[in-house]
Amino acid sequence: MGRMRSLLIPGVDKKLLVRDAVKVMPDPARRRFIAGGASLGALTLLTGCDITDSSSAEEVLKKVSKFNDAVQAWIFNPDALAPTFPESAITKPFPFNAYYEVDDAPEIDGKSWKLEVRGLVDNKKSWTLEELYKLPQVKQVTRHICVEGWSAIGSWSGTPLRDFLKIIGADTSAKYCWFQCADKEGYNSPLDMRTALHPQTQMTFKFADEILPRAYGFPMKIRVPTKLGFKNPKYVISMEVTNEYKGGYWEDQGYNSFSGN
Amino acid sequence: MSSLTVSDQHVTPPTGKVIQPGWVRVTHWINAFAMALMIMSGWQIYNASPLFDFRFPSSITLGGWLAGALLWHFAAMWLLVVNGLVYLTVGFATGRFRKKLLPITPSGVISDIKAALTFRLAHDDLTKYNYVQKLLYTGIIVVGIVIVLSGLSIWKPVQLHWLAALFGDYDIARYVHFICMSLIVAFLIVHVALALLVPKSLRAMIIGR
Repeated sequence: MGRMRSLLIPGVDKKLLVRDAVKVMPDPARRRFIAGGASLGALTLLTGCDITDSSSAEEVLKKVSKFNDAVQAWIFNPDALAPTFPESAITKPFPFNAYYEVDDAPEIDGKSWKLEVRGLVDNKKSWTLEELYKLPQVKQVTRHICVEGWSAIGSWSGTPLRDFLKIIGADTSAKYCWFQCADKEGYNSPLDMRTALHPQTQMTFKFADEILPRAYGFPMKIRVPTKLGFKNPKYVISMEVTNEYKGGYWEDQGYNSFSGN
Repeated sequence: MSSLTVSDQHVTPPTGKVIQPGWVRVTHWINAFAMALMIMSGWQIYNASPLFDFRFPSSITLGGWLAGALLWHFAAMWLLVVNGLVYLTVGFATGRFRKKLLPITPSGVISDIKAALTFRLAHDDLTKYNYVQKLLYTGIIVVGIVIVLSGLSIWKPVQLHWLAALFGDYDIARYVHFICMSLIVAFLIVHVALALLVPKSLRAMIIGR
């Protein structure tokens, strides 16, 4: 660990550094590294000392994080609306943010794209973009808050997710809507059902009244103003209604799963 | 440090009078531990999206990266808040705050600052705080309350939007949180320096007398 620490340059995000290192690895090694490495990396970096010492600390911290999930679910008021803002408050330009550069963002053909619907729903038919665009849309100007601390105000238009869940006959007593995305390495994120049914949780098709640009998640993003940014998946390709906790891209790496605002 | 404390003990033998009761000592050291965790993990969180044109060196931060720091921060917060609530409750209920920290008069503060700057401030009776101490200890309790409230506003700007509105909004609450941290660190530097200059005060915080 001492050697590792001295290799780290202050100001350089370790996560990105590891990601860059992984990129140049041969494929099988790379897959193994990502599978086992995410937790191992977090483990050693957590306290900066011996793995055996920090693993017990890590276990305690993870338990507290689970406890914090429960506390936040208890605090969560399904009727409390995120503050809305006038259009003049919109942040321009609205920042692009991902674990990759904007050039690496998924390029999706809107004509062949379909939203796959799985799990505890009556109607499992896939939806084309054309079909989704026909659903009633609402606009919201809300604050996007990143887990890093920065925030930006944006304008999103789309169909309230709860309306769509009703249309497809989803079992809303299930625990989660689990989203899968087209981002490289396969982004995914679970959304607790109470938040999925929140009036401001939206299947977003437009940013600032224009078709959602590639940088912001074309063709569809899930906008959740009651959650931190990483719980707002972009480039969504499928949704599963499930009682099973299937984990998420950042959640599995140690970020708090509920992450409610 | 320990030799200093011991030699000090020979000069002024314990009078038998309890200066710091048990609950003050216990909550003080739990708070010191929780504060250290909160501040160091907070610096790491700050580094993910700095408010100013600098970052904290990784050698003095806790958590290694943002996710790790957040885990520490949101675990240590329970220790800090529960311990802080016990301290405030007992402090008010026993009347200790009123007896020890009040009144604070401007003239008293000014004359004690003058005395302190000319090294003539007396520390003969540790059971009585001088006006500079009264002001700083009261002030740091207030800062402690504000840092928790601004922290809650950053954590829950939607569920506790009325609290965030008290600070202006989410972004302003971040600055308030940072400024409170800076004040606590500044207090800490002076507080530790003075405790080392007057070791019997440190002894009182450990063994009570």
